[in-house]
Amino acid sequence: MEALISLFVRAIFIENMALAFFLGMCTFLAISKKIQPALGLGVAVVVVLTITVPVNNLIYNYLLADGALAWAGLPDMDLSFLGLLSYIGVIAALIQILEMFLDKFVPALYNALGVFLPLITVNCAILGASLFMVERDYSFAESVVFGAGSGVGWALAIVALAGIREKLKYSDVPEGLQGLGITFIIVGLMSLGFMSFGGIDL
Amino acid sequence: MDTMKETLTQPIFKNNPIALQVLGICSALAVTSSLQVTLVMCVALTFVAAFANVGVSLIRNHIPGSIRIIVQMVIIASLVIVVDEFLKAYAYEISKQLSVFVGLIITNCIVMGRAQAYAMYNKPFPSFVDGLGNGLGYSVVLICVAVVRELLGSGKLMGVEILPLVTDGGWYVPNGLLLLPPSAFFLIGLFIWALRSLDKEQVEEPDYKMASHTPAREGV
Repeated sequence: MEALISLFVRAIFIENMALAFFLGMCTFLAISKKIQPALGLGVAVVVVLTITVPVNNLIYNYLLADGALAWAGLPDMDLSFLGLLSYIGVIAALIQILEMFLDKFVPALYNALGVFLPLITVNCAILGASLFMVERDYSFAESVVFGAGSGVGWALAIVALAGIREKLKYSDVPEGLQGLGITFIIVGLMSLGFMSFGGIDL
Repeated sequence: MDTMKETLTQPIFKNNPIALQVLGICSALAVTSSLQVTLVMCVALTFVAAFANVGVSLIRNHIPGSIRIIVQMVIIASLVIVVDEFLKAYAYEISKQLSVFVGLIITNCIVMGRAQAYAMYNKPFPSFVDGLGNGLGYSVVLICVAVVRELLGSGKLMGVEILPLVTDGGWYVPNGLLLLPPSAFFLIGLFIWALRSLDKEQVEEPDYKMASHTPAREGV
């Protein structure tokens, strides 16, 4: 249990997806002009990550890993080279299903997340989390916690950035730095701030 | 042939995918702490971008509109698997350092974006050139960032000592910050600033403008 909490905190603060691994940067910079949409996207990422990482974990452990197909009578099979293709397939399919499910049963949430769900398919944070999960050999429980934690971390980062950018309208930015340039510098400073969590070990 | 040359050079400077279109920056930031790794990443991405464009362009007339994203995704993912396996076989050390970022070429918006925006409407050869151009545009930015980070961060380039370090009896005190994640953001931010100062057209309009200060009228 302690290990799981520690993993959760690590995933949020120390190994923050956006600020320490630069994942999901494209949407991170594009959707962070206002707090409201940033919050919506953040929630969507948390939901999708919490589902896709464990699902990919099951797929990897029971279908793709070396010798994983032993239950089907094929102990010598190693399908791990198909990993990339299956993870991205799972992510795309799950997002589609999630979209239909929300549309049918939770229309309020669907309307709130609507536009962001398709965007998430190509968000590197989602695929990145699955790949990290495989690389670090997480168990099923760990993958649930890691998925949720990295989602929360990402959401936290994008909402914080959106807050700063909203306040930025009061500042006088040099011409060439306007927009994208200054955003990069802010994200750099935020990343510097998050590095101070580095020494924490629970 | 002139337009072909434009297709190739346009994305390198004028319409750079990273600096102007803000595409594919995830990996741009993550792999640039050492030049060698960066070069491998650039080659991998250029290869995938060029051939994904060819693949998508070849079957562009047969892809039903509603599933085009999945089809593009499959083409890109297959190419990335080839690259990944190739690196694991011939450059294992570097592939370990790149860790998940080779896999993340799949979700790199440059590859996806070009397949969607260019290869879907153009013949295979121009698409190939377009993919190559965008891959090179990406590489230019990455290599610039990597040179600065590795040279100033550890005094080396490609593992060869350029600036002799103080610890080895030289004179250069390495700036460790440049090896850490935040420096990549600063460098790309400054790079964009430089690029936009040279080419004023690329400057973004500010979203808000402060009204200039005017003294109150009542007192006059």
